[in-house]
Amino acid sequence: MPGVVLEDVTKVFPGGTVAVDQLSLEIADGEFVILVGPSGCGKTTALRMIAGLERPTTGTIRIGGGVVNEISPRDRDIAMVFQNYALYPHMTVYRNLAYPLRQRRMPRRDIDKRVREVAEMLSLEDLLKRRPAQLSGGQRQRVAMGRALVREPDVFLLDEPLSNLDAKLRVQMRAGLKRLHTRLGITTVYVTHDQVEAMTLGERIAVLSDGKLQQLGPPQEVYDRPANVFVAGFIGSPPMNLLRGAARGGRVTAGQLVLERPGVPDGDVVVGLRPESMRTAVDGMPAVDFRVDVVEPLGDEVIVHGALAAELIAVDTAANDAQVGSLNGSGIEAVARLDPRHRPAEGTTIRLGIETTEVHLFDAATGLAIR
Amino acid sequence: MTAPRLLPVETPPEKPRRRLPFSPRHLFLMPVAAIMLVPLLWMVILSLETEVQARSFPPVLIPSGLHFANYPAAWNAVPFGDFFLNSTIYALSTVAGNLLFCSLAAYAFARLRFVGSNLLFIVFLATLMVPYQVLLIPTFLIVKKLGMVDSVGGLIAPNLCSAFGVFMLRQFFRTLPIELEEAARIDGTSRLGILFRIVLPLSLPALATLGIIQFMWSWNDFLWPLIIIDTANHAPLQLGLSMLQGAHSTQWNLLMAGTVMSQIPMLAIFLFAQRWFIRSIAFTGIKQ
Repeated sequence: MPGVVLEDVTKVFPGGTVAVDQLSLEIADGEFVILVGPSGCGKTTALRMIAGLERPTTGTIRIGGGVVNEISPRDRDIAMVFQNYALYPHMTVYRNLAYPLRQRRMPRRDIDKRVREVAEMLSLEDLLKRRPAQLSGGQRQRVAMGRALVREPDVFLLDEPLSNLDAKLRVQMRAGLKRLHTRLGITTVYVTHDQVEAMTLGERIAVLSDGKLQQLGPPQEVYDRPANVFVAGFIGSPPMNLLRGAARGGRVTAGQLVLERPGVPDGDVVVGLRPESMRTAVDGMPAVDFRVDVVEPLGDEVIVHGALAAELIAVDTAANDAQVGSLNGSGIEAVARLDPRHRPAEGTTIRLGIETTEVHLFDAATGLAIR
Repeated sequence: MTAPRLLPVETPPEKPRRRLPFSPRHLFLMPVAAIMLVPLLWMVILSLETEVQARSFPPVLIPSGLHFANYPAAWNAVPFGDFFLNSTIYALSTVAGNLLFCSLAAYAFARLRFVGSNLLFIVFLATLMVPYQVLLIPTFLIVKKLGMVDSVGGLIAPNLCSAFGVFMLRQFFRTLPIELEEAARIDGTSRLGILFRIVLPLSLPALATLGIIQFMWSWNDFLWPLIIIDTANHAPLQLGLSMLQGAHSTQWNLLMAGTVMSQIPMLAIFLFAQRWFIRSIAFTGIKQ
């Protein structure tokens, strides 16, 4: 059972930076888990600790049941794809693919067989004699995948493997990765800051911020039920609108918006509205005024930027700060995702109905979701 | 299939201008090159003159005949074959030693974290600032203690590794992406394996540079051989040539014939590896 378990893993770099803070994570055998978060949130450090390239300051890491803290990368039976692919520039594609096997002193004939199998699987047969410099970005990416797969590792680690590709190729490779995982069933840990990759690829996603695990769960669950304002603001594109509000006697008020929420304790709250939770039809729903500034027609939908008749706040996802206290309302735009048949004109004020069942509430003091 | 051309490709109209068959800066460089050539040319001329012509003043620039006999005469006046052999051994051994030992030390300084690594590296660098003349006597004493005075081994030993080489290679190694080494570690390569299979193959330009610089330095070295070598048969070329210089008189034509012979390998290497030489000088920002 080559699953990966992290128990209270902390990494403090010389100089005192806490990159990963008490991270606990259980990844089942064959599972595809995404570590996602803004840059500097510790996701790459976490991956490098699983790989053995960094040693955890405290905590234990287990792969397949055994503690691997003291085990060198070569003996962990893991393979890693680096963001810049790290192909050996002085070797041909064939020798790049064969390298991990040669290091393991596999018989030459078996190496050849494995290399050709992997090359076929990733459509690299015609490129075997080329050097990395003679390959396109997508081809290099496939060679990097191949070099990782050729050893049939227990755990497959990927560090932003698609971030250097153009948008179209990224979509193709994303699907390719998913197919590959379905076919091979290797336990995979995938680091990305791209939430589309996180949503589409992962069986579960782990949202990290400031070295801490914010939420762990299947993508849809994380999207539907964000555990705190950070996750709410980070997952989803365009991001969730967050409004400053207050709860009094089961009624939540945020600017013009008034919602009945019996059972919500009195106090300051943050009201979260997904862009798609707002409707042009108002009939009977709680509604707010929306002054339209910019309209972005995308064909199947219209993204509308503007000002909402309520105080908007932002979670500073870039600063890895999940605390509400530092939120600042100036200059934030509200975003709504509307039906293209009801495309509003720029400069007008429209009234948008709010789907009450899709409203998220967070405690303004702790940032945690109120359920 | 070619894509349809959407815009006509504009070709600039040809200007009927008289142009030099070379770039204007060559107008400056060619005379400079000619000046540089004078000593070389004079060396060759002297090597072909008679002893009287070579000694006369004003110098005879056009010899009466080509006295090629000077060459065998110079070769036989002193053990030239030994000089060549010693110089070759000296130069090749120090090149090999520098490439091996400097890369090992440079890799340690570039990538391994150990207590005092920075301090040690600074001490290494500081030795570059000590003039060679200051080091001569201590080095001599050490080599003497090792019982290697007046031997080719004593010639080679102190020059097997240089702080300059360590510094240069360390700087180069640090420019290589660390991910390559991490990937190799995950692929199961040991530290030494990483150095020899990944780092060194990618450092060929730096290694070639170091090799060329060290070869030139050893081949032209005079001072250290002068100190350490007593026996003519153990002398490398530059020291051996000085034997053609007598205490009271010098046969300039023979000395120049010997010098020409001693420079032929350097010229050959230069012609063969001109590209690397130029790159080396550009690479290190130094001239010798």
